[in-house]
Amino acid sequence: MNEFTTWDILRNLLLAARWTVLLSLVSFIGGGLVGAALLFARIGKGRIGPTFVKAYVELFQGTPLLMQLFLAFFGLGLFGVDVPAWLAAGVALILWSAAFLTEIWRGCVESIARGQWEASSSLGMGYLQQMRHVILPQALRIAVPPTVGFSVQVVKGTALTSIIGFVELSKAGTIVTNATFEPFTVYGLVALIYFCLCWPLSRSSQILERKLNVAHRNH
Amino acid sequence: MNYAFDYGWLLVYWPVLVKGIAITLELTLVGGALGVALGIACAWARALGPGWLRPFVAAYVELIRNTPFLIQLFFIFFGLPALGVRMGELEAANLAMVINLGAYGCEIIRAGIQATPNGQFEAGASLGMSRLQTFWHVVLIPALQRIWPALSSQIVIVMLGSAAVSQIAAEDLTFAANFIQSRTFRAFESYFVATLIYLVLAIALRQALRGLGWTLFPKRTAR
Repeated sequence: MNEFTTWDILRNLLLAARWTVLLSLVSFIGGGLVGAALLFARIGKGRIGPTFVKAYVELFQGTPLLMQLFLAFFGLGLFGVDVPAWLAAGVALILWSAAFLTEIWRGCVESIARGQWEASSSLGMGYLQQMRHVILPQALRIAVPPTVGFSVQVVKGTALTSIIGFVELSKAGTIVTNATFEPFTVYGLVALIYFCLCWPLSRSSQILERKLNVAHRNH
Repeated sequence: MNYAFDYGWLLVYWPVLVKGIAITLELTLVGGALGVALGIACAWARALGPGWLRPFVAAYVELIRNTPFLIQLFFIFFGLPALGVRMGELEAANLAMVINLGAYGCEIIRAGIQATPNGQFEAGASLGMSRLQTFWHVVLIPALQRIWPALSSQIVIVMLGSAAVSQIAAEDLTFAANFIQSRTFRAFESYFVATLIYLVLAIALRQALRGLGWTLFPKRTAR
């Protein structure tokens, strides 16, 4: 029977936390790219694009992330390939983040006064030019604090990937608990590590919001 | 892809799903009601409460909002027995949901309270209301009305998050789906059906909360 020191526990958890960080980054960046594509479809003209994105957002915001992970894990498996947990986790988290980010950013774009669209179109700008020169530069400023705030949700969301067997911080917590029989210490430390990852993001979101304070300056 | 979807198991296993739905709803109801109550108490403490209490409430809110629900659940269910606090899986699930919603609710309700103009407090006092009466009638009710949409979304988020309680063997809808797939080996189909049920529950809960908002705050809710 081995004895485990607190340092042993912490060291193993920190090693696993690298995967939490990596998965969070991949999900956030991937979700941002997919979300941006969805955003253009959502606010563009035409009927199919907006309707599709609305349904997409409703679907991903109206169902548990855990179910999305299960469906990605078993759904990809239907194609006859052996799906590793990291792949299912990445796909599900990217699609999930995309739904939330596109909805956050839509709010930011729609908060730009209508007159801006009309003014730029009266200058003869096309849709892409309007976005590039008029709408996005303003919307991006508004979008920064809530986007940083959402990154906290992504980090916390990665904890659920432990359930489909991806070994990140939470899964490591369970494994270490099973070896040490010290759930109080282990889950306490796991919570602490998540807190250290998330709190700086939460704080910077709040500070950015105060600093940019764009919400009340726009009109 | 040559995979034949099979939903025949629904005929046999639907009672399992119904029981899972009942437990998910029960958890949401209890967690939602007590969580909002805790949120109100914490919002009062943070916005208007005594100075010594505020840092504790702030620490609680930050701690909960910056850690995953799953870990909070594991800590309560697996960690607390080390301190002699033992509870069943449903109690642990409920407690975790109340604590979780309490923290998010606190921030949402506090925003509503802080949007109350100062004159309202003075107006309440000038009508001879006690501090508690002023808080309840003049501050809290309009504050709740103001933030009701945000609070409703948070309750829906907590309901969807409750899928994680299956991991401590609380027999909710996700647990039912796990059980069915372990019996039928129809993993995709069971989770697909469960996901659809969650979607329906989320939409229904959102509508119900909107209706509740109309009933609770009839006068000024014009929407």
